[in-house]
Amino acid sequence: MKKTSKGSLGVVETKYFTFNEPLKLECGKTLSPVTVAYETYGNLNAENTNAVLILHAFSGDAHAAGYHKGEEKPGWWNDMIGPGKAFDTDKYFVVCPNIIGGCRGSTGPSSVNPATGRPYGLDFPIITVSDMVNAQKKLIDHLGIKKLLSVSGGSMGGMQALQWVANHPQAVKTCIPVAATLKHSPQQIAFDEVGRQAVMADSDWNNGEYYGGKQPERGLSIARMIGHITYMSDQSMEDKFSRKLKNDIYSFSFRSDFEVEGYLRYRGDSFVKRFDANSYLYITKAMDYYDLSDGKLFASGKNMDTRFLVISFKSDWLYPSYQSKEIVQVLRGRQADVTYCEINSTYGHDAFLLEVEDQSKLIRSFLERASRK
Amino acid sequence: MRIDHEIIESIIEPGSKVLDLGCGEGELLKNLAEKKNAKVQGIELDENAIYKCVEKGLSVYHSDIDTGLKGYPDRSFDYVILNQSLQQVKNVDYVINEAFRAGKKVIVGFPNFAQVKSRLILFFSGRAPVTNALPFKWNTTPNLRFWSIKDFKEFCRESGIKVVSEYFYDNGGPVRILPNVFALGGIFVLEK
Repeated sequence: MKKTSKGSLGVVETKYFTFNEPLKLECGKTLSPVTVAYETYGNLNAENTNAVLILHAFSGDAHAAGYHKGEEKPGWWNDMIGPGKAFDTDKYFVVCPNIIGGCRGSTGPSSVNPATGRPYGLDFPIITVSDMVNAQKKLIDHLGIKKLLSVSGGSMGGMQALQWVANHPQAVKTCIPVAATLKHSPQQIAFDEVGRQAVMADSDWNNGEYYGGKQPERGLSIARMIGHITYMSDQSMEDKFSRKLKNDIYSFSFRSDFEVEGYLRYRGDSFVKRFDANSYLYITKAMDYYDLSDGKLFASGKNMDTRFLVISFKSDWLYPSYQSKEIVQVLRGRQADVTYCEINSTYGHDAFLLEVEDQSKLIRSFLERASRK
Repeated sequence: MRIDHEIIESIIEPGSKVLDLGCGEGELLKNLAEKKNAKVQGIELDENAIYKCVEKGLSVYHSDIDTGLKGYPDRSFDYVILNQSLQQVKNVDYVINEAFRAGKKVIVGFPNFAQVKSRLILFFSGRAPVTNALPFKWNTTPNLRFWSIKDFKEFCRESGIKVVSEYFYDNGGPVRILPNVFALGGIFVLEK
């Protein structure tokens, strides 16, 4: 990993860590072997105290920052991670793992099942956010890190960050959940279920046994289109598309006349090229099962030493601010040290990827304070 | 340094747990943390002020005061401060009760609407008073309520709130005689 210029990490590579010890899952089953794909940026200090774990959202991956060789698009949080940025790689050792259940290098339903020699498909056990975190813990142990300076992520990444506190409180000095929640609401479960039904209604899905053939592209694409609607806001859609037409006139047909239609189709089409339909099912289910309410954020009865920075966005209606405020209220009950900010953004849920400046202000100062004491 | 901040600093015992409702950019909290080794938190509505607070290393909650106190355990602070913020609160009784629930003592600081300059402006020029303590014109003021030191004492009596100590000041320093006439502001330490 070389620095090409100030602010950029340059070319980075995904690494892989595999452990054979069976991972006990919340559903009662075990998973083995388990591979966790991950990337690291910056250097671990001699005391191993400057590690920051970045956790990705639903469709993200280990490639959070920098560029893969020959690619023009940087990692998904490149604006936030790098030399001099909010997660300053001159100061911190940043680790970003891909979740298990996913399809971007970590073990998931498209991985080979050692029992059959073929991809798992629906034989892959149901995993939860807690299982994802426990797999990440193995990676962190492997890297020799006892206590993480911070655990952070947006959306499902924020849910994992909170789950880290629930599962391994002694290993987390600070936690930064962004646009996250303590539990999926019925509305969030409902959108996930519509997405799953779209995938499963596609005959190409074939009960999850489509590997080697064509994946259920139409179903997965529709699921993704629905997702993208929930990631934007009324205002951001108005700003981006309004009622603009692709060719100045109505076609009086069911072709896509409006730019917003074209955008959703494009997003759907590009998603199916990089994402596995079964992973879509498994990960949405994991989010729906996720629930740290009613005291489950705190495994022990003790007060919380972990310090928190909770961030939400005003126009985010998928993970609304009230859910972040609920996190704060629970933390207050345990006398935890917590800061909360609702950033005034019109980008909806996507804001956690786009509101770089305001998030950076908060995260930079918060981490500086955390590394001081 | 602001005289109201100076007074409040003199009140807080070292090592106290303090919650400042409407903490602004966090100057008071930072001073309390540094000089009094206090464990401090703030609640503030203005987003840019929140950034300033976080820059200072403070723990703050971005919210209005009316809804921002939920979740704190009973009596979890030694002091809950409402300095120059109660006049912007929608539901005074509710906020005062919540402050007393979360805190052992409550400090309220407010501008005195009955200060002589306000009285004179109102009486002689027939205009809504604009003074050092009430620097806004009627159409831009964030303040929802205007009251005097006398009003506040009556409020405490009627609400069963005990005044532990009281401080009055103008631009020059403490005011000792006829505070309801001469003080720009008052600071009350309250118990219930």
